[in-house]
Amino acid sequence: MKSKEFKRVDLIFDCDGCQPIDVVKKALKMSRDQVIKSVIDSGLRGRGGAGFPTGVKWKFAKEEESDVKYVICNADEGEPGTFKDREILDIVPNKVLSGMAICAYAIGSKEGIIYLRGEYNFLLKPLNQTIDIFNNSLSKIGLDFAIKIISGSGAYICGEETALFESMEGKRGEPRNKPPYPTKAGYNGKPTVINNVETLVYTSMIINIGTKEFVKLGTSDSRGSKVFSVSGDTPKAGIHELELGLNVADFVAEFGDGDTKAVQVGGASGFCVPRKHFKETIIGFEGIPTGGSMMVFNSTRSMYNVLNDYLEFFEEESCGQCTPCRVGTQQLMKGINAVKTGEKSSDYLDQLLRLTETMKIASKCGLGQSVANSFSSIVTNFREEMIY
Amino acid sequence: MTNTEELVKQLINKHGIHRNSLLPVMQGVVKEESYLSDEAMIEIARGLDLSAADVYGTASFYSFLYTEYKGKNIIRICKTITCKMKGKHKIVEAIEDHLKIKKGETTRNGKFTIMEANCLGWCHKGPVMLVNDDVYPEVEAEKVVEILESYC
Ligand SMILES: Cc1cc2nc3c(=O)[nH]c(=O)nc-3n(C[C@H](O)[C@H](O)[C@H](O)COP(=O)(O)O)c2cc1C
Ligand code: SF4
Repeated sequence: MKSKEFKRVDLIFDCDGCQPIDVVKKALKMSRDQVIKSVIDSGLRGRGGAGFPTGVKWKFAKEEESDVKYVICNADEGEPGTFKDREILDIVPNKVLSGMAICAYAIGSKEGIIYLRGEYNFLLKPLNQTIDIFNNSLSKIGLDFAIKIISGSGAYICGEETALFESMEGKRGEPRNKPPYPTKAGYNGKPTVINNVETLVYTSMIINIGTKEFVKLGTSDSRGSKVFSVSGDTPKAGIHELELGLNVADFVAEFGDGDTKAVQVGGASGFCVPRKHFKETIIGFEGIPTGGSMMVFNSTRSMYNVLNDYLEFFEEESCGQCTPCRVGTQQLMKGINAVKTGEKSSDYLDQLLRLTETMKIASKCGLGQSVANSFSSIVTNFREEMIY
Repeated sequence: MTNTEELVKQLINKHGIHRNSLLPVMQGVVKEESYLSDEAMIEIARGLDLSAADVYGTASFYSFLYTEYKGKNIIRICKTITCKMKGKHKIVEAIEDHLKIKKGETTRNGKFTIMEANCLGWCHKGPVMLVNDDVYPEVEAEKVVEILESYC
């Protein structure tokens, strides 16, 4: 498959285009079905990682009969290497709120909640002020919808949508079984749309610039642009909005330090791409999807340390509810350590790879299921670094 | 009524007698008293009509809801790989040196606790430190003492 050329985009942070509240007004002039159709036709897929088509999610929620429905903004951003949601909420909070309001209108919801990770509590004050003004503007234009914030308490797993509901309901943040999906029974058991911060901004931008403009960007599988959080061995660390569908080689040409050995696409739960695969790997749903985390490593870095760091993260953040994930993460950490110190032979790595396959099948949620991604891509591509 | 009882009562009044209030109430107690004492958890259980075990079980899930004594100011240093690459250990060492305690410990005067945390969301500006809710990106080992003094 051919990749797109490297192209910068400025939809998310651009503030000259219009007032976010005017975009809500524009949506209110459309029918609810038209709003949903625009989002479906735009091809927009969730920016929080899983990539579910946003318009379809809204449609499911609209079709549910219920007096109470919720719109939730997932601002639990905890994937190592991601910081774009914080930046969006800091710089263009009104755009996020407008996306929530548009969704509320489309599905028929009166209550919106931003679940903000506790690590971002310093945003509470400014954000609450912005929300007060925005809620006021909404009532002035006649939309019966109000937004509030609920704070997290330092648990990565609460970014998983059903764990997030549990947490908001005052319980341990343990993921639920699915189905039922949130659009049927989410927060408080009511139909709920939960979207990532960035997804919500794009919905508002789609209403603003129109579906036709939006679909000019990206590929058939990955429409539009995306905000990338770039960190590691790069002279250009920070937030960059790029058209989707580019390949890792072009990304490295722009962001590498001339000595890039690997790029971890999608954070600890994503994949490690070694230099030899840069050219053929597309960043997007046809290749490697990412919530935005792009960690760049140069040849001075030990990939063993990188993997060990990710495993430690998973081991600490596993909710512990299911055995494959709870025990699996511990065994993987012990295992690579045993190989490194020579206590086990290098063949043991193959046994560990099989364990990650089991975890993928037997774990209940995305955390346990995705440990295999970084583990197998690092162990397979940097096997010698795991042993010597 | 003890201070803790009073505090829990106020928080429950504010958030409502409902299971959904449990996290905000616990967060409020931690904000004021820096951790959830047994007394606070029992009081919360009584106020929200839950079992104390349930309150403890919920609190123990969250890394920001401490069930053991903590200092007045919580210092968190990001330990994720990108902050490691930017030298977070120098920051930890500078703080340990200054406060004469190790990671996870609390100073004898109860002013500070040092902890390490998973990704704090400032990977482009590592190393990063949080003191309570305040964030210090690109923090330098030479500046750390000065920053901490401002919390004394
Ligand atoms: C372990 C885990 C952590 C997650 N963390 C987040 C997160 O921090 N932010 C987020 O938007 N989605 C996160 N997700 C994805 C959510 O479950 C959900 O798919 C997403 O919020 C839906 O929004 P979207 O369709 O707009 O991406 C996480 C998923 C898993 C399995
Ligand atoms: S896979 Fe891990 S994080 Fe997910 S439910 Fe199971 S134990 Fe919890």
